[in-house]
Amino acid sequence: MKENLYKYILGIADNSLILGQQLGALTGHGPSLETDIACTNISLDLFGQVRSYYQYAAKIKGEGATEDSIAFLRTERKYLNVLLVEQPDTDFAYTIGRQFLFDVYHFLFLNELQKSHDVTLSAIAKKSIKEVSYHQRFSSDWVKRLGDGTEESKLRMQNAISDLWTYTDELFHQTEADKAMVEEQIAVDVTTLKDKYYETVNAILTEATLEIPESKWFQKGGKKGIHTEYLGYILSDMQYMQRAYPNMEW
Amino acid sequence: MITAEQNIDKILYPILEQVSDPEIPVLSIMDMGVVRSAVIKNNIVNVEITPTYSGCPAMDVIGDDIQKALKEAGYHSEIELILAPAWTTDWITPKGRKALEDYGIAAPLEAEADKDVLLNGKRIVKCTNCSSQNTRLVSQFGSTACKAQFQCDDCQEPFDYFKCLK
Repeated sequence: MKENLYKYILGIADNSLILGQQLGALTGHGPSLETDIACTNISLDLFGQVRSYYQYAAKIKGEGATEDSIAFLRTERKYLNVLLVEQPDTDFAYTIGRQFLFDVYHFLFLNELQKSHDVTLSAIAKKSIKEVSYHQRFSSDWVKRLGDGTEESKLRMQNAISDLWTYTDELFHQTEADKAMVEEQIAVDVTTLKDKYYETVNAILTEATLEIPESKWFQKGGKKGIHTEYLGYILSDMQYMQRAYPNMEW
Repeated sequence: MITAEQNIDKILYPILEQVSDPEIPVLSIMDMGVVRSAVIKNNIVNVEITPTYSGCPAMDVIGDDIQKALKEAGYHSEIELILAPAWTTDWITPKGRKALEDYGIAAPLEAEADKDVLLNGKRIVKCTNCSSQNTRLVSQFGSTACKAQFQCDDCQEPFDYFKCLK
């Protein structure tokens, strides 16, 4: 098995899986009908992308692996998503803040992944980027609307951005699998996305009349499987059916 | 404009035309442009379909429906889901656009006009009920991932707009 490629794919797909699960959990709980539909539609896009990645990963892994076994039957430390996407929906500003800080990265990332020498990854990237550009539009709009809104919405949006800021730097950390795959021109060198990322994020925050957080202390660990307490709860919800009824299928 | 060639055996056209889009029953899957190739080889039809959006839940049903329609016509078939080249709204045929409008879904505008509508609130999407362009965006997302929700300020009709995807 191509261990590095397998891990590299999980590193990409797990972000979308966990974020998709979080957004999906908002079904029927969004603050308004329009935002509810938006969150669940974005969730659906992310799950669709995840399925393409996991189907490919299952082929590489062999040994009877399927997209479902990869999604549902790993333990917490085997998930390689960044800490940002597992942060909770403290309020709607956190949902939007998390989405915005991820979308900007996701778009820049897919833009580069289109050039991957791996044809499957390149095809998934070309398909996904069209969807993600719309996600970014949605979350950026809301950051501006809440930031440049009422005193209360501004305060909440600022709190969300300031709290989530500490999870942004990890997006640009390279794992060993990343490095090996960059060598083979399969992976995106995420370190090169950092300047453009903060430039884009800062421009939107400024437009939203929000303060750009100054903290230079960042959390990390997700990419190595060391997660915040929130992931366990997400997984117990998400894996319930497969654990309770092993091998169930839709 | 992205033009990716379709490779479909002529004899299969009438069969595939009969398969409708499960989300928009008035529309044939051929009019949606999701069938990219259908070729008979050793008595088996190899069909390639591509999703409109990655998470489109209709793809499994479309695959099953194609197999069923081909079976009724006496063909065994194999369906493959492909991602590249990525689907674009340019592949919806003129007949398909007309069917969308008749069904109450505004057909996608060109990329620039689409941007004006979704980003800048320009009122140019035609109401599917009264044809007025005095319409506004209600929600960036609609009943499915490929649509946005609009409302006409003249006749008050709420309707879906099929977003431009390139």
